[in-house]
Amino acid sequence: MSKRIGMEIALAAAEAVALCKPDVVAAYPITPNTHIPEHLSDIVAEGRIDTDFICVESEHSALSACCGASGAGARAFTATSSQGLLYMAEIVPVVPSMRLPIVMAIGNRAVSGPINIWNDHSDIMSQRDSGWISLFAADGQETIDMMIQAFKIAEHRDVMLPVNVNLDGFQLTHVVEPMMLPDQKEVDRFLPAYKPYAALHPDNIVSMGALGMPDIFNEAAMAKDQALINSKKVILEVWKEWEEQFGRKYEPIGAYRMKGAEVALLTLGSMGDTAEVAVDELRDKGVKAGLLKMKLWRPFPVEELIKAVKGLTSLAVIDRSAPFGGACGPVCAEVKAVLYDQKERPAITNHIIGLGGRDIVVGDFVKIVEQAISAQKKKPKEAYEIYGVRGS
Amino acid sequence: MEKAKKWPEKWQEVNPGCMVFRPGSTREYHTGTWRSQRPVYDTGKCIKCGVCYIFCPEGCITQDADGYFMADLDYCKGCGICAHECWPGAITMVEEG
Repeated sequence: MSKRIGMEIALAAAEAVALCKPDVVAAYPITPNTHIPEHLSDIVAEGRIDTDFICVESEHSALSACCGASGAGARAFTATSSQGLLYMAEIVPVVPSMRLPIVMAIGNRAVSGPINIWNDHSDIMSQRDSGWISLFAADGQETIDMMIQAFKIAEHRDVMLPVNVNLDGFQLTHVVEPMMLPDQKEVDRFLPAYKPYAALHPDNIVSMGALGMPDIFNEAAMAKDQALINSKKVILEVWKEWEEQFGRKYEPIGAYRMKGAEVALLTLGSMGDTAEVAVDELRDKGVKAGLLKMKLWRPFPVEELIKAVKGLTSLAVIDRSAPFGGACGPVCAEVKAVLYDQKERPAITNHIIGLGGRDIVVGDFVKIVEQAISAQKKKPKEAYEIYGVRGS
Repeated sequence: MEKAKKWPEKWQEVNPGCMVFRPGSTREYHTGTWRSQRPVYDTGKCIKCGVCYIFCPEGCITQDADGYFMADLDYCKGCGICAHECWPGAITMVEEG
């Protein structure tokens, strides 16, 4: 039976991974994800799981070690943040290309500079097109649940792709919350033992990671792209199974007070919980506001987005990563690309907020919704704004 | 001559992760076509020491029944390392074509 716990979310994430009994964990410490592998190493040292914990000398080696382990048929896990993910970047797109179901937790943190250890989404956004499945947790419970779901999704024979679970650095990693932690029996029922499609072994010869000449590269890219697009079917199935077993519902885009909404916020990660409070305040004032909380970032939930924005006149897309010279933030770019072909679509504004751990409070979301409403009458000069900048 | 079919004909034929299950298939790819110079061996100068065999980065040099060393031109990329290392001067690089 699930147990109600009060625990730091990073530690709870490690407990959830331990319930999945990984064969190999390779990680290098970097704030703010560090407590995840640190606590996992404690669990291994205590003998609670039979796992090879590899203390590597860098994140590049962490993912490389996971790559080798996964190629040999092991269930492999790693975790990182910010510059660590960037240091891994050489290996990151290789993993989905080799169809290795590695699971990675990313304690999201701003990419330097100036050097900063606090939260935003610029780390994962730099790797968004690498071919990984990307999930965003909004709170501690979602972190636990997604960690376990991630292994099942990744290892499904119709998927065989790596999954990264994003949890906001500090706002989630270092916060203590009440959560339900499933027990071993429940997780064993949900998550079958990993049966690799192929594993490096002298008795069953296979080469992985071979050279692909121009003659095959287009076809290989198409196969990778289709694998990722088709993974959505399995993600939805796994989430349904999760709901049936544990009673907690997961959707690519969660809706909060969207019934009759005319204006909505679209958020990724933990800021969705703050935005909920803002939506409540706005509703109390008579503003028909709603909230869309995106949980599935890759593969991008195209159909779900089109359906979710039906009936809206304004949509304020929140990005927690600056596009630096781009047309708009990464989330908004996708949203606009999807809605361009729709006959009826809301007016879209893009707000870049919470960079490098800058606080986001309820009042900020209230202001943003008011801005989005006024944008209907007077289109803003710029396609996006970096919100809350002193002097602007 | 029948034109060789491209593989894969369709993207659906690509193995997951481009995994290769047929051992030794790399041999079918003749890297010798990359070569602009080829090594020519002078058996009169060759002392059968095997230094060319040791240094060849392709591993394409083998010893024949008489003990002389020779590069397999299907795979020799013409790098010239064997000629550079051959101290009796038995190997000369000559232009292809």
